[in-house]
Amino acid sequence: MDLSILWYLVPSVIMFACGVFGFITRKNMIAMLISLELILNSADLNFVIFNRFLFPGSMDGMIFTLFAIAIAAAETAIAIAIIINIYRAVGNTDISGVNKLKF
Amino acid sequence: MGSTLPILILAIPLFMFLLLGLGGVKMPRKVCGVLGILGMGTTMTLAYIVALSYFFCPEFTVDGVRQQVMVFDQTWLSFTDTLVVNLGFLLDPICAMMLMVITTISFMVHLYSWGYMEHEDGFQRYYAFLSLFSFSMLGLVVATNIFQMYIFWELVGVSSYLLIGFFYKLPSAVSASKKAFIVTRFADLGFLIGILILSFYTDTFNFVEMTSNPGQVLAECGGATFMGASVLTWAMVLIFTGGMGKSAMMPLHIWLPDAMEGPTPVSALIHAATMVVAGVYLVARMFPVYCIAEGSMTFITVVGAITAFYAAVVACAQIDIKRVLAFSTISQIAFMMVSLGVATDSPYIKGEFYGGLGYMASMFHLFTHAMFKALLFLGAGALIHAVHSNDYTKMGGLRKYMPITHWTFLIGCLAIAGIWPFSGFFSKDEMLAAMFESHWFWGAWMTMVAGLTAFYMFRLYYLIFWWEENPEYKHHTPHDSPWQMSLPLIILAAVSCVAGFIPFGEFVTWNRMPYHIHIELPVAATSLTVAVLAIALATVMYRKKNPLPERMRNLFPALWTAAHRRFYWDEIYQFITHKIIFGIICKSIAWFDRHVIDATMDGFAKITNCASSAIKGFQSGNVQAYVAWYFIGAVLLAGITWLCFI
Repeated sequence: MDLSILWYLVPSVIMFACGVFGFITRKNMIAMLISLELILNSADLNFVIFNRFLFPGSMDGMIFTLFAIAIAAAETAIAIAIIINIYRAVGNTDISGVNKLKF
Repeated sequence: MGSTLPILILAIPLFMFLLLGLGGVKMPRKVCGVLGILGMGTTMTLAYIVALSYFFCPEFTVDGVRQQVMVFDQTWLSFTDTLVVNLGFLLDPICAMMLMVITTISFMVHLYSWGYMEHEDGFQRYYAFLSLFSFSMLGLVVATNIFQMYIFWELVGVSSYLLIGFFYKLPSAVSASKKAFIVTRFADLGFLIGILILSFYTDTFNFVEMTSNPGQVLAECGGATFMGASVLTWAMVLIFTGGMGKSAMMPLHIWLPDAMEGPTPVSALIHAATMVVAGVYLVARMFPVYCIAEGSMTFITVVGAITAFYAAVVACAQIDIKRVLAFSTISQIAFMMVSLGVATDSPYIKGEFYGGLGYMASMFHLFTHAMFKALLFLGAGALIHAVHSNDYTKMGGLRKYMPITHWTFLIGCLAIAGIWPFSGFFSKDEMLAAMFESHWFWGAWMTMVAGLTAFYMFRLYYLIFWWEENPEYKHHTPHDSPWQMSLPLIILAAVSCVAGFIPFGEFVTWNRMPYHIHIELPVAATSLTVAVLAIALATVMYRKKNPLPERMRNLFPALWTAAHRRFYWDEIYQFITHKIIFGIICKSIAWFDRHVIDATMDGFAKITNCASSAIKGFQSGNVQAYVAWYFIGAVLLAGITWLCFI
């Protein structure tokens, strides 16, 4: 049986919602980072899905996804570096301790 | 004549200014001084070549009339097709005469300063400024149009400002330089308005076009009147206002006595011989137009006559020798102004009185006065150099110690007093003859001023060189100055002895036709008698220490104090500027500024401030809150978009 586009999109939306929810509610920065990755992955998934359903012959969305994954890896590395530095300075990875950058 | 020499006359001082101004600090003093002197010497030689060849080469005279030669005239700014500002070099008799006067005095001052300023800081800067001044003044006299003259007019003002404030560590020098600049600038505002009015009606700035056909100027101004006087009269009087500022006519004279804070050679060059006669030169330049501008000549005469008398009276009660000379300069310039004011543009007819005599005499006096007044100032500089004070009370009996200074100063005094055969006699005689011919009152009035001149000059002379020796001489014996300072004194004294015999009328007259000077015997006899009587009075009063001056002073103490305080002109200005302008007008404007304009701006700032402090809680520093808000915003936007499009 042929699966409609919804079968693909719904998991992506669920993943996105989980990511946002996790990002807003989790206090641990590592957990927030994981949530962030979830959001990114759902976006990557969308690229692939729409490529598959709207432009079946071409590979643009797939290649774009590969690039996005590479960039996300780099981003994660930076984020981890920041988190490690914060840990060295503060002693934990609790986001509620990091709120000095304000008015 | 090619244009190379005339351009060099202007280019050399400018180049010296740049060279000494930019590179002077790196040079030793001697090199700097010698360079300055050599530069000015070359300029002087060139100026003499140009001026003398203009006067004596027949190619510049057509049918007995000296031509106005436009050596070059370059377009500089063009506003419209007709309104074009040129820069150029106009050679005519007064210009040639001024070229000689300026370069001679400037050269003497350059030489003299080498000795006088030897131990001062900023020697190089001083020479650079002197070159700047010489350049500006030469540019002023060769101007082909009134706008070029205005530009250089301001430049001489700037160099005067720089040189008055040369000793910038002295507060008095700083305030004197500011005063000079502000007062003359204020007067130049009138000058500028006058130029604009005149050029608005005539569509030209060019001197030759305006002066060769003044009837045309009058016709172009037409019957336009403003507040009862014709527009042309207004324009010419306003232009004369600029001259009043520069030439220190009442009531704009207040800056000149204070300008004496500058180094003495500067006073000799700028504030006695050249820059302050720029006003006279300006009137002489525009003379034919002044003649037809009804009433403007009377204005000049009246202003000059009042100033001459006022300055002469004040000079009798000054203690500072440079101040005496400053007021004497004001008085003598006013003399020239009156002489110009009584002149008319009637042609020379044999057997009749020559209306242009006043013009010729005024220029003649400008020439002789430049020489002997520079001599007197340089002499005063030598005295100050020797005694280290400006007050005559610190001097007295100096004739034995400083013979060269004494004799040259005496020659200068005799020349300014108008004693035969010194130069002042001849020029003053011509001026007085012209005044008597115009109206007996002007003649009598100015003869009285001439008498006062003789009196205060010899009062000064006796108080410096006779009277009573200052006991301090035993500790510190004054002596004559080094040769760099004595040589200019001797040269200028020699010039003052013989300059009167120059047949000046053959060279400089208003219509550039030769006029043969002859001495008016009755006038000459009267003025000579008055001068001799005044000198005799001064001799009786001041030759030896005696209580007579003290008693005279105590006879009219109020008058003496008033004259000593210069009839309170400075206080009047102080009152007007500080009490009325600053105290009432400026204070109310400042109140408006602070309480209305500033308050509005403060209000805006306050509103912005309150608004921002009300909403700044949003920026909590909590990243998750930002994301939540962002998410809500995004959802809302999506919702709105959905509602709009579906």
